[in-house]
Amino acid sequence: MLTLVMPKLVAFEGSGRRSVSVTERNVAALKSAYWLVLIGGLLEPVLYLFSIGVGVGSLIGDIELSDGRSVGYTEFVAPAMLAASAMSGALAETTFNFFGKMKFMRLYDGMLATPVRPFEIALGELLWAMARGSVYSVVFLAIMVAMGLTTPLRALAAFPAAVLVGFGFGALGMTVATLIRSWQDFDLIGAGQFALFLFSGTFVPAEAYPTALRWLVEVSPLYRAVDLIRGITLGSVGWVQVIDVLYLLVLLAVGLTVSGRRMGKLLCK
Amino acid sequence: MIKRFGDFTAVDGIDVDVQAGEAFGFLGPNGAGKSSTMRMIGCVSPPTDGVLEILGMDPRRDGSAIRARLGVCPQLDNLDAELTVRENLVTYARFFGISRATARRRADELLDFVQLGERADSKTEPLSGGMKRRLTIARALVNEPDIVLLDEPTTGLDPQARHLVWERLFRLKQQGVTLVLTTHYMDEAEQLCDRLVVMDGGKIVAEGSPRELIERHSTREVVELRFTAEDQGMYGEKLDGVADRVEVLPDRVLLYADDGDYALAEVHRRSLSPASALVRRAGLEDVFLQLTGRTLVD
Repeated sequence: MLTLVMPKLVAFEGSGRRSVSVTERNVAALKSAYWLVLIGGLLEPVLYLFSIGVGVGSLIGDIELSDGRSVGYTEFVAPAMLAASAMSGALAETTFNFFGKMKFMRLYDGMLATPVRPFEIALGELLWAMARGSVYSVVFLAIMVAMGLTTPLRALAAFPAAVLVGFGFGALGMTVATLIRSWQDFDLIGAGQFALFLFSGTFVPAEAYPTALRWLVEVSPLYRAVDLIRGITLGSVGWVQVIDVLYLLVLLAVGLTVSGRRMGKLLCK
Repeated sequence: MIKRFGDFTAVDGIDVDVQAGEAFGFLGPNGAGKSSTMRMIGCVSPPTDGVLEILGMDPRRDGSAIRARLGVCPQLDNLDAELTVRENLVTYARFFGISRATARRRADELLDFVQLGERADSKTEPLSGGMKRRLTIARALVNEPDIVLLDEPTTGLDPQARHLVWERLFRLKQQGVTLVLTTHYMDEAEQLCDRLVVMDGGKIVAEGSPRELIERHSTREVVELRFTAEDQGMYGEKLDGVADRVEVLPDRVLLYADDGDYALAEVHRRSLSPASALVRRAGLEDVFLQLTGRTLVD
């Protein structure tokens, strides 16, 4: 009985351990220059929060939510900036850095000569992307609490949601990275990411768009992420947020499976 | 074993058997299918067809378990440029599930072994080609492998660096580690390999120990002649019969004979005066020339 069960358990345990060893490599590579990149990634959402949330917000005043409550524009924009920063942190790590490591540093060629499998590399890199995204999220939530845009308790609840957003986009980014042909393709990714950033219910509620467009906005991954985090920080969680969570979990599972498989195909020819 | 990439057949049905503890070589020019073969043995490239068994396991099923007992030194160094020399070894050891303390101890031992102890905290970027290769070899040993795969271990290194690498590999061999290597250098194959196969166009054209191959496919000695005239070709006829075989290359003429001095004397008797003449022992280069009609490094 024991012998029947053990090999499977050991194999799974080994897989997790190997994924973490891939993450460890990134921790070892963390050098002073890297902190600048981290700060750079955090600066963007904070600047948007002040310029548009606070600046433009002072012209707009309050905004009415779908449940009839009305909140200040800054409170409305802040959770969207958090979701967007979780997204961009995860995407930066999993598209640009992942592609560079795969194609130019040939890092994964070396890793694949060890017991580490393609899927485990994907998982290890995703854990790393998530760790990076989490740093952004913690700092950003602290700013929100300090500005009185949410309560400390809600901020605490919003953190795991932001981590989930990072996970989902990380898996998506890695899948995209395995499809990239050259550096030129990053222009496309940048454009796509910016479009998501502008139109995912970030600055304007989805209800403001005509029906056809609104439908398009509501299926976009960043919209689901914004909806989830906004629901938490504004204290209006409902069944829609369950859909958001499921959406992000599916994104994570599909992204991880596809990217692991694509990596296997690209690197184990 | 067969490997195809689309319409192109890189490895066209080879059959080899490597014994534990031996140093086995794949010798052949660029494009002979050596690297494809190594990638299949390294369990990072599934064979298109055929049977492959490594350490009694099937790469299709047990790839990860096999790789745990292999050490791989690829043709192109893929060291981690963001890490220091020592970190490269420690991080790599972690991929094998080796504890951090053991990894650190082993990294220091291996750095001494490949004479890089003083550069332990340096980045990999400023290292010379020979140092990078030695570090890659050290990295391949970090899991104390049963088999070490070396894809052209000394290509691109200067003579001094090559000899250092050879010396280290020879010591590994003495420790009983199985070495499987590819090379297009004759002297490397002669120095390191107990047994080797000569590959050309994805096929094996000869197999045996370096000595056996030379005895079977070449004469004992070779005379290399260089003439001042533009066209070496016209000497082919004039030299007909001086040796067992006459090979005319673009830059020189080779005479294959068991007694090189006698053949050279015969050349002079025909009142031909080459600009330079050298009598040497036959090597694997000559075996390859005889088998394929081409030189190895072109």
